[in-house]
Amino acid sequence: MYSEKVMDHFANPRNVGEIENPDGVGEVGNPVCGDIMRMYLKIEDNRIVDAKFKTFGCGAAIASSSMATELVKGKTLEEAWEISNQAVAEALEGLPPIKMHCSVLAEEAIHKAINDYRVRQGLSPWGEKTPHYHEGGEECELPEEPQGTAGDGALQR
Amino acid sequence: MVLEPRVIYLDHAATTLTRSEVVEAMLPYFHDRFGNPSSIYRIARESRKVVESARESVARALGAEPGEIYFTSGGTESDNWAIKGVAIANRKKGDHIITSSIEHHAVLYPARYLEKQGFSVTFLPVDSTGLVDPGTLEDAITEKTTLISIMTANNEIGTIEPVREIGKIARDHGITFHTDAVQAVGHIPVSVKDDTIDLLSLSAHKFNGPKGVGVLYIRKGTRIDPLLHGGAQERNRRAGTENLAGIIGLSTALEIAMQSLFREMERQKKLRDRLIAGLLSSVPHSRLNGHPEKRLPGNVNISFEYVEGESILLSLDAHGICASTGSACTSGSLEPSHVLLAIGLPHEVAHGSLRLTLGEENTDEEIDTVLGIVPGIIERLRAMSPLYPGKEKECHV
Ligand SMILES: Cc1ncc(COP(=O)(O)O)c(C=O)c1O
Ligand code: FES
Repeated sequence: MYSEKVMDHFANPRNVGEIENPDGVGEVGNPVCGDIMRMYLKIEDNRIVDAKFKTFGCGAAIASSSMATELVKGKTLEEAWEISNQAVAEALEGLPPIKMHCSVLAEEAIHKAINDYRVRQGLSPWGEKTPHYHEGGEECELPEEPQGTAGDGALQR
Repeated sequence: MVLEPRVIYLDHAATTLTRSEVVEAMLPYFHDRFGNPSSIYRIARESRKVVESARESVARALGAEPGEIYFTSGGTESDNWAIKGVAIANRKKGDHIITSSIEHHAVLYPARYLEKQGFSVTFLPVDSTGLVDPGTLEDAITEKTTLISIMTANNEIGTIEPVREIGKIARDHGITFHTDAVQAVGHIPVSVKDDTIDLLSLSAHKFNGPKGVGVLYIRKGTRIDPLLHGGAQERNRRAGTENLAGIIGLSTALEIAMQSLFREMERQKKLRDRLIAGLLSSVPHSRLNGHPEKRLPGNVNISFEYVEGESILLSLDAHGICASTGSACTSGSLEPSHVLLAIGLPHEVAHGSLRLTLGEENTDEEIDTVLGIVPGIIERLRAMSPLYPGKEKECHV
């Protein structure tokens, strides 16, 4: 179901790890939903000179993180801010529809990390547009305690 | 067996390959002996004869009478028929059903559908190993209860339920008892007489038979409405021209499975326990899901903290290993497996579950290979995980 590019970035992710003394860090997602992405940025003269990530999530989430770090490197903060989740997905030669929210995570992580930098610099944060939405448009929030009935839609074998 | 040599197939709870002897037995019924069992000429009479001898063979395997065996299109149909058919047929008597919170969706969703139709349903909780408590079940019975449905063995965590005790409770209260034995038949001994089972679902593709054919056992005298209305097949209870080749495949596969049942159980248990012990000892922050002993011989289900299941599956696939997970990320739904949540796993731990289910063709060498590969995969994914505290900071709780 995944493109070769996704599988490549999953099997050989670029820029895994942490940056010591980063200039900006952005963490998005929620382990309860099965995905957390943390992005570290090194910024010099308004330009991203290094980016690293750590991600808990599916193959698409890991590949999106890897691709996002590749895309932001060398860009100015303004340019990096404009990288959309579609751009990440396209760079990965597409994602299955149910996995698009994993690329949204990447876009959000970039925004969070840039705003973290801006706040640290005493600048006002730029407006973040998308909260963490899942397939079908539900905002990701803590699910209720397990109940006596099944979760919807999970394919069972 | 005809799997690619490179592939290590460890997803037998999902489906099994159709044995070549089974395919051989089925083939004549597509081309030479294709007659409709309901017609009257010779080739049709032959079809009738083989369907009836398949019925006898299945009855023997379950300790049932041939007249109590009904062929269906698989586990899902059998479950739907049992739940809806008994509920509707007994509606005047009562409108309450008891089942468990870890049933397969083929039982849970019909039960939810009946709730929408005005029935009330109790979804019993399970303990941390996945067991239904017979005492709790008995307490849930009311004078309106007409059906109890508890699975024989769970498809995800392999827990074997106390079916005999539950059957006895149901009998004592005069309530119909259905069990989804789709994961059990052909893998552990199942007897409808010894366990006082009134209805039992099974499915051929879980024991090296073909997909799309199953059985509902219905004890003589059980009140049940048809699910499929139409022709007079299956003694007027299940309409539709018989899946002739499928029925032959089902009975042949079951005969072969029963011949080596105990030997294969012992063999798989050894492989299973080696796999469990090996994974738990080589991967820190891992836990076994399900019951340590009351467990299907071929089921291994382990949660690895700080990693997500789909990325484990993709990594295993790169090594030719086929497995499954309870993570939501493989299904596209928000919720991880309802079974793992019902046994009390936190969501993030349920996301990191790996199910390996053994079958006949698995060997000791394959287990060694898997044991050699999994720890490295988990380590690699943990190194990427922002949740992982790191090896040196591990705290053992
Ligand atoms: C416990 C259980 N019940 C029901 C089913 C459904 O059976 P089938 O795939 O034959 O419809 C399955 C497997 O898919 C199962 O594991
Ligand atoms: S992280 Fe769950 S679907 Fe991608």
